[in-house]
Amino acid sequence: MNRSRRSAVRAGGVLALLMAAGIRPSLAQGQQWNQAAFAGKTLKDALAALGAPAAAASGSILIKAPEIAENGAVVPVAIESKLPNTQSITLLVEKNPQPLAASFDIPAGTEPSVSTRVKMAESSDVYALVKADGKFFVARKEVKITIGGCGG
Amino acid sequence: MADPMRIRIAEKDGLVNVRILMSHEMETGQRKDSSGALVPAHFIRNVVATYQGRTVLSAQWGTAVAKNPFLEFSFKGGKKGEKVIVTWEDNKGDKRTDEATIS
Repeated sequence: MNRSRRSAVRAGGVLALLMAAGIRPSLAQGQQWNQAAFAGKTLKDALAALGAPAAAASGSILIKAPEIAENGAVVPVAIESKLPNTQSITLLVEKNPQPLAASFDIPAGTEPSVSTRVKMAESSDVYALVKADGKFFVARKEVKITIGGCGG
Repeated sequence: MADPMRIRIAEKDGLVNVRILMSHEMETGQRKDSSGALVPAHFIRNVVATYQGRTVLSAQWGTAVAKNPFLEFSFKGGKKGEKVIVTWEDNKGDKRTDEATIS
């Protein structure tokens, strides 16, 4: 059972199909975690593992993050999608060792808007990948990180 | 056992705003301790919030989510006095479930 789950996780494409079909196990059965996407060391690798190698740029995705963050350990990021039928919102930090930071499934009835705080290794573009109506869209925003305690 | 989450939930005009603060190290697996040994990764991988058995948000996280994670989202159709249940599970299999009442 465990082995079959592992191979399912490895086969990211199959997983994406299953999720698209609405077959999502509940927490009691063990949660899905996209190992391949989280392990991706470049933005390109992570996007490919998420099934979104060629997401279209969109002005309907808003990223709220500081232009300059003094502390890279706690960077507040809020993402809002204005695209109809938004299904998921994914947050990536291009220059982190593993760019994929967090992915949120947005069920019907939940607002396509999430806020969290992430760690950033250095100044980088932050990407918001949104799946809406079965298609992927992306937006980005640059966040500068001040290293050390004497920034200001 | 991890410390409880702090969950604040408020309903206004049919929209339920959920704010969650979790207590977790969110260790990246890239940091070294004072003896130079790598500190193994230890982080929350999955978060699920439910309202009356219906999933209102589910998330997959990596190590880049900041220590003591914060999460805010909103959903429609929740009533004051009802509960929202939040569960997280980390990469070592530790779990924590807490609930809060919509105010």
